[in-house]
Amino acid sequence: MSGGRDPGLQPERTRLAWRRTALALTVIMVLTVRLAVTGDAVGAVLAGVAVLGWGAALAVCWRRASGTRPIASGGRSLPLVALATAGFAALGALLVVRGLW
Amino acid sequence: MWQAIRRWFDPRELRSVGSTPDYRFSLANERTFLAWLRTGLALVAGGLAAAQFLPPLPLRHLREVIAVALLLLGGAVAVRAVDHWARTERAIRLGEELPVSRFPAVLALAVGLGALLLVAAVLARAVGGGR
Repeated sequence: MSGGRDPGLQPERTRLAWRRTALALTVIMVLTVRLAVTGDAVGAVLAGVAVLGWGAALAVCWRRASGTRPIASGGRSLPLVALATAGFAALGALLVVRGLW
Repeated sequence: MWQAIRRWFDPRELRSVGSTPDYRFSLANERTFLAWLRTGLALVAGGLAAAQFLPPLPLRHLREVIAVALLLLGGAVAVRAVDHWARTERAIRLGEELPVSRFPAVLALAVGLGALLLVAAVLARAVGGGR
C-alpha cells in the first residue's frame, strides 16, 4: 500500500470518488424504478433491467474502489460505468416516451 | 468511430503507447472522469425527476421534452467523459499536450440558457396570475 508515501492520498481520493459515483448510480436506479413501475408486466421488466444494470455498475465500482494497490490505468471499469450511465439515460428516455401512451 | 469505442474497452492498447506515467497522474485523470460522470448522472437524475415530479405544464408535452433533453444531455456527457479520459491518458503516456475541448463551455452555455428559460417561464407565470 503506497498510501504512506503519498502525501496527496491519491488512491484514497480515487476510491472515495468511485464510492460517490456508486451512490449517484443508486439514486438513478431508484428514480428509474419509480418511473418504470406502472403496474403492468412491461413496467416490471424495465424496472428489472434497471436493477440489473445498477447491480453490474455497482460491482464495477466496488471492484475498483476496494483495490488496495493503485492500478496504472483504470482499464475497462471506466468505459463500463460510462456505458451504464448512457444506458440509464436511454432507458429513462424510453420510459418517458412510453408514459405518453 | 468504432475503432475509438473498441479502444475505450481495450486497456492493453492504451498501455501499449508511450511510457507508464507516475500513477498519481493516471488516478487524477480517473477522478476527473468520475467527476464528469457524476455530472452526467446528475443530469440524468434531473431528467428522471422532471418526468415524475413536475406537474403537467401548459405547453403540451413540454415536461416530457425537458425530461428527454436532460436525459440525452446526461448520456452525452458520460460518453464524452470516457472519450476525453482515454485521449488524456494517451497524451500523458506520450508526454504530449493534454487535449483541449470546447465541450465544457458548450455544456455551461446550455445549462445557463436552460436556467434562464425556466426563470422567464416562472416569471411569466407569476405575472400572468398562474394557472
